[in-house]
Amino acid sequence: MIRFKKTIFIFLILFSFDSVFAGVNDTIILNGEVARKLSDYGFFEDLVSQHPSKEVLPYELITPLFSDYADKLRFIYMPSNGLAEYRPNEVFDFPEGTVLIKTFAYLNEHIESNLDKQLLETRLLIKKDDKWKNVSYVWNKAQDDAFLNIAGKTISTQFVNNEGNIQNVRYRVPNINQCKECHQSGKTIRPIGPKARNLDKDVAYEDGVMNQLKKWHKQGWIKEGIKVQAMTDWTNTLASMNSRARSYLDINCGHCHIKGGSADTTGLYLDFTENRKIHLGVFKKPIAAGRASNNLTYSIVPGDPDSSILFYRMQSLDPGIMMPESGRALEHKEGTELIRKWIKNL
Amino acid sequence: MRYLKQFKFILLSSIVSINCYGAITSISPSDDPYSAIQEALILAQPGDVIHLTEGRYELEDSLSIDVHDIILEGEGLYKTVLSFKNQKSGAQGLSVTSDGVILRDFAIEDAKGDAIKVKGVNGISFIRVRTEWTGGPSSDNGAYGLYPVESKNVLIDSCVAIGASDAGIYVGQSENIIVKNSRAEFNVAGIEIENSYYADVFDNYAANNTGGILIFDLPDIPQQGGHHIRVFKNKSINNNTDNFAPEGNIVGEVPRGTGIIVQANSHVEIFDNDIGDNETINIAVVTYGYETEDKNYYPHPRAIQIHGNRFGKSGYNPDLETGELAKFLFEITDGDMPDIFWDGIVPIHQIILGQPDEDKIVLGDNGEATFLTINGLKYILPFFDPIEKSYDKFRGNIEPLSPVKFSDPL
Repeated sequence: MIRFKKTIFIFLILFSFDSVFAGVNDTIILNGEVARKLSDYGFFEDLVSQHPSKEVLPYELITPLFSDYADKLRFIYMPSNGLAEYRPNEVFDFPEGTVLIKTFAYLNEHIESNLDKQLLETRLLIKKDDKWKNVSYVWNKAQDDAFLNIAGKTISTQFVNNEGNIQNVRYRVPNINQCKECHQSGKTIRPIGPKARNLDKDVAYEDGVMNQLKKWHKQGWIKEGIKVQAMTDWTNTLASMNSRARSYLDINCGHCHIKGGSADTTGLYLDFTENRKIHLGVFKKPIAAGRASNNLTYSIVPGDPDSSILFYRMQSLDPGIMMPESGRALEHKEGTELIRKWIKNL
Repeated sequence: MRYLKQFKFILLSSIVSINCYGAITSISPSDDPYSAIQEALILAQPGDVIHLTEGRYELEDSLSIDVHDIILEGEGLYKTVLSFKNQKSGAQGLSVTSDGVILRDFAIEDAKGDAIKVKGVNGISFIRVRTEWTGGPSSDNGAYGLYPVESKNVLIDSCVAIGASDAGIYVGQSENIIVKNSRAEFNVAGIEIENSYYADVFDNYAANNTGGILIFDLPDIPQQGGHHIRVFKNKSINNNTDNFAPEGNIVGEVPRGTGIIVQANSHVEIFDNDIGDNETINIAVVTYGYETEDKNYYPHPRAIQIHGNRFGKSGYNPDLETGELAKFLFEITDGDMPDIFWDGIVPIHQIILGQPDEDKIVLGDNGEATFLTINGLKYILPFFDPIEKSYDKFRGNIEPLSPVKFSDPL
């Protein structure tokens, strides 16, 4: 009797996997319209625990963008036989049908707390017709699926901060136009994170630890032997202050503050490859800062963070002053501290 | 639910009114005006009109347009008011990143940053749009009111810009620009054309700003070498509001009581304007005043023509506290301030060899206006008076610049 039940149970599991979970749905990805809900795509074997399907691989960045202390779960799906071309200093040129999947959440796992984990939104960048399409899905109250969001959404919530205290936050899900603010290059949209230089690190996969670029090669996704100057993990206190700060500025600021980016009008360029001091902000007067200058004269005054507009705007919470302009309602204390020390030592 | 709401939206708007220009979506003030307006702006198709009925819309987040060729309209610049007094996110009131958008008949009030920023588009029309910080001049106000940048074919017509802590109407790094019939008051700069090519600024009223109309060029940004700017038939009067720009901004250097400043542009024609009752100076033509290592940048004004203007009084209460200009001028003239000032600064080889004819400043008839410049050579040498007040020495034939033509019909 018991054995019988067990068989049925196993059978049911197999059956349910077979019928409910059929893997990634390429038809929906390449369809003209985006799906209404996240589950339609089949990226996850278990949506709630964010356990990806077999064809979907988690990925990590050496230094990530700060988004109000949200945890980010990143995944990539590439269609079979697809090959991503390496582009120096840019993101890979991914094949048609690639999807970058990023779930924003407050996992509240790092310190023991009473707060449950909360999935906020899952953003997709879908490569279709040689263009990237951006779309966001907001998780429902029941936390069992996420639904298409067009106009953005405010999620007023709480999380456990690094000191173990409860922190209120007005988390903003960006609307599709706001996604473009950061993701635009000229007239087109492109991903920010998955540049080879920001992926060149070891990652713990289910079948063991492996360098991410090697793993992608093993998957048949990229060619072998890509050599890059890897970015620095901004939290790595063994690395040089300069490389940590430049990596941090690159991923947090350099997507807009770069030729062709949203902030290129300013002439302040903060991407990893910029090496002209004036364009990095050293003794550079602001162009259109308005009151965000805080009566200071230069973007960066070496040795004097408190006289540097860049540092001031990174600390501010005023929407007319703060940098980045969107995607943050809180100060990234650890990040601004790094920049403070960096400017101090310039 | 949200999806359903959107769907209803499309359904409603398409049922209500389909005409040959596209669908008209009409929105009225509600509990959640942000979602209503922003969803409509995102779901709009080229040719569509988003119509905001009369009333106040209280918005906490910034709005954005990224669909080509749509119209966002209200029912009047004092009737449809988008207020950002309680703005919590977004650096602008409204931003536009798509081509051919028309904004008309509404107001943006009290944005935390810039009121309307338009970046990188071909074709943008502001018609009867008002941007205002309602608390009066304050360094806590946003920088720019109407703010098209890196754009082509820019039309600003019959707009009102009040209270900007930088410029009320600011066109930067753009090309083919018309600013007309507009009113700019109580800003630091009323109207500013910066690092731009081919602009006509006419029939505007710039009053009660710190400086009325500024034609500027700055180094170290992508587009520079501003040229072919016509400033005509404007009133730039009574611009005597104390400079309230936060320090660090270039307009923070503008002295209270300035009519027009031309800085580091070439081919600027200033004619048929009424300029007066400006406490420091009516027109100043100056070099960019800071050191720069930008090798592509030319810091001196060239080929500036000034003629046919009507000057009222100026220089009777110069602002000696702000910037270097007024203080310097006041000291070298013993307080006898001219109507038109050119700083006379040219590259070193031109100090010795003289300026090429095509670069020279040219004065036409300007009534009784007085002129003053500094002779660079005499300034360097001892025992010479570098001050040059002879108007006739700079009198010459005016070669009118061509009117601005848009490269695409708007």
